[in-house]
Amino acid sequence: MVWSWVPEYLPKFVSGLWITLQLLSLSVFFGMLLAIPIGLVQVTGPRWLGAIARGFCTVVRGTPLLIQLWLLYYGLGALFPMVPGIRESFLWPVLREAFPFAVLAFTISVAGYEGEIMRGAFKSVPKGELEAARAFGMGRFTLLRRIWLPRALQNVFPTLAGEFVLTLKSTPLAATITVFDVYGVGSIVRQETYRIYEPLLFVAAIYICLTGIIVLVFNWLERRVPRPA
Amino acid sequence: MSDLFSNWHLLSFSDDGWGWRMLEGLWSTFQIALGAFLMGLVIGLLGAIGKLHGSRLTRSLLAIYTTLIRAVPELVLILLLYYAGTGAINQVLDMMGYRPIDISGLVAGIVVLGIVQGAYATEVIRGAMRAIPNGQLEAAQAFGMSPVTVLRRITIPAMIPHALPGMANLWLIVAKDTALLAVVGFSELALITRQAAGLTQAYWVFFLAAGALYLSLTLVSNVFFRRLERHARRGQPGLS
Repeated sequence: MVWSWVPEYLPKFVSGLWITLQLLSLSVFFGMLLAIPIGLVQVTGPRWLGAIARGFCTVVRGTPLLIQLWLLYYGLGALFPMVPGIRESFLWPVLREAFPFAVLAFTISVAGYEGEIMRGAFKSVPKGELEAARAFGMGRFTLLRRIWLPRALQNVFPTLAGEFVLTLKSTPLAATITVFDVYGVGSIVRQETYRIYEPLLFVAAIYICLTGIIVLVFNWLERRVPRPA
Repeated sequence: MSDLFSNWHLLSFSDDGWGWRMLEGLWSTFQIALGAFLMGLVIGLLGAIGKLHGSRLTRSLLAIYTTLIRAVPELVLILLLYYAGTGAINQVLDMMGYRPIDISGLVAGIVVLGIVQGAYATEVIRGAMRAIPNGQLEAAQAFGMSPVTVLRRITIPAMIPHALPGMANLWLIVAKDTALLAVVGFSELALITRQAAGLTQAYWVFFLAAGALYLSLTLVSNVFFRRLERHARRGQPGLS
């Protein structure tokens, strides 16, 4: 075991860690935002919208994330240059980067998995509470905002730590489309130092620490969130 | 723009089409997934027994195994286990005076994914075993059954309905995780797709086709597992 490369590459690992954390938080945040309507339309609302949402969840959960990522990156990447004038537009520097594609792919994935969970969460809110809200004369949106959504989010909260960990563990896939997260930096070290195990073990240790921190933070948060009786 | 979606002929089953290669990829994906799933099942069964009935040392070793495996990204695990595994085998062969061998991608993929699956399966099966009412196990002991007989005749049959949903989930996960082996260079569906897409520049056609193949695999599995669960739960009230 040779660890003399660690000090040299430490700054790179720090920036890789920053990229990983950005990927993680952005995709969980936007994924959860998308998951709320995806879950909701499967429980209420027009049937065709529910069917689309259900189809979306099935496709996202039934295909490998790696394929989704490559389809978005290489597929959309091949599509964009054909749009006239796009190279001159202000969007081009963003579209040329791999990072937004990774965020998009992980967001879609989180939305697919968490949308299914949100569906169950909306469904499991007791009917009586919704009826009580209606009896108070609440409109549909007030009911959603003040009763249904908070109660559903309360139900979903314990699954959130698992979703964070799952997404964290899929972020290394971004390295296959040239995003240099922790894992990507580890691959650079492997190529430049010709060491195989040490960089991988170092990367694994970072992920174990991150997982531990996520679990601890959510345990702490969970004690502060009021539990349904 | 039009030629993006017009080269479906690349998927044809003729000599210059990729149709057969894609199906071959799906077949090896299926083989790796099935092998890894079965290996995970065996590890999970032994691990669950060890976690429930093992000595303190066994239990802490198993706790380390399941915790570490579940905290590290699968991609990192696959690389670590692949290099460590092949390296260790060749070192042993070298000590015994044999020449190093090239380990077949199929076997390596199965073993690597099987070890990962085993950690998750241990937790699923442990939970299923704990869901068995204690009275049933005590009754079996009262009949004078030996621990192995209790396991074979009571514990395993009684836990199957509880374990099936979790194991079905694990099967879907391993079927999709096989795609990660493309990064190590195993020739399965994802790698063939990437090669085909790179060669022909028809990214949409091949990635959509691969997605459809994976999706059909998972959808067929869903139907299969639903039937299996209905069969395992026959005679149980109100759970259908």
